Amino acid sequence: MLQRISTYLYLRPRLVLWLMLGPPLAYMFVVYLGSLASLLINSFFYLEEFTGLVVREFTLRTYALTLHPANREIFVRTTIMAAAVTVADALIAFPLAYYIAKFASPRVKTWLIIAVTIPLWSSYLVRVYAWKLILAKEGILSWFINLLHLDGVLNWLLSFEGIGGSSLALSPIGMFIVFVYIWLPYMIIPIQTALERVPDSLLEASSDLGAKPLQTFRTVILPLAFPGVVAGSIFTFSLTLGDFIIPLSLGNSKFFIGQAVYSYQGTGGNIPLAAAMTMGPVLIMIVYLLIAKRLGAFDAL
Amino acid sequence: MNNHTTLAVQFEKVCRYFGEVKAVDQADLEIRDGEFFSMLGPSGSGKTTCLRMIAGFDRPTSGRIFLYGQEVSNLPPYERNVNTVFQDYALFPHMNVADNIAYGLMVKGVPKAERMRRVEEMLDLVQLSGFAGRKPSQLSGGQRQRVALARALINHPKVLLLDEPLGALDLKLRQQMQVELKAIQKRVGITFIFVTHDQEEALTMSDRIALFNQGKIEQIGSPAEIYEHPATAFVAGFVGTSNLVSGEVAKRITGREITFSIRPEKIHMSGIGENVPSDSYSTDGVVRDVVYLGLYTRYLVEMDGGGDLVVVEQNLKTTSMDVLKIKGQRVRLHWKKEHVREIGG
Amino acid sequence: MPSKPYSGPKAPWGLKLAALGALLFLHVPIWIIFLYTLTPDETTYTFPLPGITFKWFGIALQRADLWRALTLSLQVAAVATLISLVLGTLAAAAVYRSNFFGKEAVSFLLVLPIALPGIVTGIALRSAIGTLDIPFSFWTIVIGHATFCIVVVYNNVLARFRRMQGSLIEASMDLGANSFQTFRYVVFPNIATALLAGGMLAFALSFDEVIVTTFTAGQQTTLPIWIFSQLTRPRDRPVTNVVAMFVMLITFLPILFAQKLSAQSAGMEEETK
Repeated sequence: MLQRISTYLYLRPRLVLWLMLGPPLAYMFVVYLGSLASLLINSFFYLEEFTGLVVREFTLRTYALTLHPANREIFVRTTIMAAAVTVADALIAFPLAYYIAKFASPRVKTWLIIAVTIPLWSSYLVRVYAWKLILAKEGILSWFINLLHLDGVLNWLLSFEGIGGSSLALSPIGMFIVFVYIWLPYMIIPIQTALERVPDSLLEASSDLGAKPLQTFRTVILPLAFPGVVAGSIFTFSLTLGDFIIPLSLGNSKFFIGQAVYSYQGTGGNIPLAAAMTMGPVLIMIVYLLIAKRLGAFDAL
Repeated sequence: MNNHTTLAVQFEKVCRYFGEVKAVDQADLEIRDGEFFSMLGPSGSGKTTCLRMIAGFDRPTSGRIFLYGQEVSNLPPYERNVNTVFQDYALFPHMNVADNIAYGLMVKGVPKAERMRRVEEMLDLVQLSGFAGRKPSQLSGGQRQRVALARALINHPKVLLLDEPLGALDLKLRQQMQVELKAIQKRVGITFIFVTHDQEEALTMSDRIALFNQGKIEQIGSPAEIYEHPATAFVAGFVGTSNLVSGEVAKRITGREITFSIRPEKIHMSGIGENVPSDSYSTDGVVRDVVYLGLYTRYLVEMDGGGDLVVVEQNLKTTSMDVLKIKGQRVRLHWKKEHVREIGG
Repeated sequence: MPSKPYSGPKAPWGLKLAALGALLFLHVPIWIIFLYTLTPDETTYTFPLPGITFKWFGIALQRADLWRALTLSLQVAAVATLISLVLGTLAAAAVYRSNFFGKEAVSFLLVLPIALPGIVTGIALRSAIGTLDIPFSFWTIVIGHATFCIVVVYNNVLARFRRMQGSLIEASMDLGANSFQTFRYVVFPNIATALLAGGMLAFALSFDEVIVTTFTAGQQTTLPIWIFSQLTRPRDRPVTNVVAMFVMLITFLPILFAQKLSAQSAGMEEETK
């Protein structure tokens, strides 16, 4: 009975290890790694246009398709957006992170950190939806802009090819705003962590040696905070590269990578192309991670 | 083959290796029923590993372990009639004192009424009556220790293992607990196996001591045997202060080529010209250092032939002024030949 | 500890302003949703609100499609949480008690589904489903969710194991309890709060998830998928606001609760030391 099983197992620690580790590992290997493998394999298949069926032969023609001008345009567009979002997030996050790390009293600091992480606990989808409300033509932001008599400026911005659109809610500008908003906490936290690690004594030494506050900021604080910025940028960059919810909700017909992948595998059933397109961001991210590692970002995480 | 059955614990060539490291190396041990047995040694000497093997938390790499004649190498801890008092007490934080103590009875299915009755008995034994409802977090170190003791004893084990149980207590409390533990052992009458690195503690409490060093047992004996007749240089050095004399100097003093140890309190100090009894060895020297310690004074004497001897004398008639004057003077040291212990290697 | 007046450096007001701006930027949008649940306007998101009404809450409660989506979301979250509780705890126990080759690799493998962008996990699962010709079903959703929920439970339980006194398990066995009894009387009570916290986090994660779900759900609709469809083809604006607020609370509250649980148990251990 139970006691005998217990003793049997007690004398066989290796067996117990397999019994415990087996199920979760098996699950992850089969379901997750298996899926990743199938993704890679599928990127080497192709979709037969006439039959609409996936042909399971090794070929590179699907990858060739990803280099088509239309698809190349998608990559470029998405990468530019990801870069812009990263820069914007860094600029907005820095003051707040700096304040929390260096100026907030311990009590205030705790509350501020909670305040920064609360959005992460809130539903991602709902937060995106909130901006549909805000950016709507008749919505709150519009009302605000009208109040400031800036509607002319807004329309002028929206008229630009490439970043404009019929309204804020359906334009790359709108997408940009939402991307910046959504990933902001991911940028604040690493910067704040990196800044915490800058010992106050360094700042005191700098001013003691005659540097004005701005100089100290430029020559001491900024370089030391940089790994934190890079760490945060990993998130903002990769998350923007792969996102399709925001482009679909706020974008126009000009596709981003995520949208393309989503649409290819959907009605088109073109899983090979979707898979091949995904490899692009994956590769970009691997390169990015390697660079970031050299820049010391992982110490800031 | 020994008659195992009157022996509480027997080790037969027990080894425990962790890869290359020999935590326990060929240990042979016999612990008698009802005795207070200490396993003494510095950290990493193997004493705790041996204790764990008796309890069942570890299994020997080779060799056999017997509990009252039964070989137990493949028995898990819950099937051995042995209980342990852990160094960090290991009280279950989510249970109160009563439930902690009754745990061993509870898992064996003893009915509640009976459990509660025996818990009260135990609380009485360790002088914690009235603490039944408290949680471990509400207890002091000494109190937790007593709960741990009660929790172990309630199961009427044949052998009680104690793993440096007094380590976390301050000096006065420790000395008090030493007396109490000894008294409880006499009352309950079971075998106590006590692991400690404090030689004074071992000497105070034990019927017999096993001294461990780097996985090997250097000597087993009563406190007096170990102190007066250390078998090796290590034992002599570890237990009490000792003087170790060897080589040319030893030959000059004793006339033989040996290494010997002599305890500081056995050496008499007198003036240079004094006669030395025929049953004693002697040597002359200069007093290099005097340390007045209230109860006694410790002298460091540099012998004429080289080397130092530590001499300790009680301040029965002398004051600090008196003894400090001796510094720098020449003295004659002598001690009875029978107090000398030859060391083999 | 008596509070001393904070005597650190004072921030330049420009910095304070920028910091405050960022903070408001983070939080105001969420409040705006709560505001809009009260608008009587059916077709647009006009500001200022033309009035105040609570009728949308009642109307949302009547919607059968919403109830179906909610039910599916709850069922998926429940089962995914259950799977991840079992697998996550097993993995944590294995990693805690043994030293084996490739130990760090286990943690890395478990965190991968969360570390990689959702679309990668999503399209990977989709490709597997397509290649193996598996029909979309309740289980395709659940299995997808479990992959990233396991690590959440794993981290919580492992952290709790590491804070537990190792000697407790030995003490229990020493006193006569076999492995099963030891688990029941000693181990489980000590990790219960970690299981609860991890479970709540996993539940919230699964309930809110939309990216991987769109790839594994086929024609089925969970609540997030319903909201997503409203984002692209808005048909029920005011009701969507109510649903959005609801989803926000259902994801936010468990996580808050889980945080409190973890903080509480960490504080309790300080007492027993």
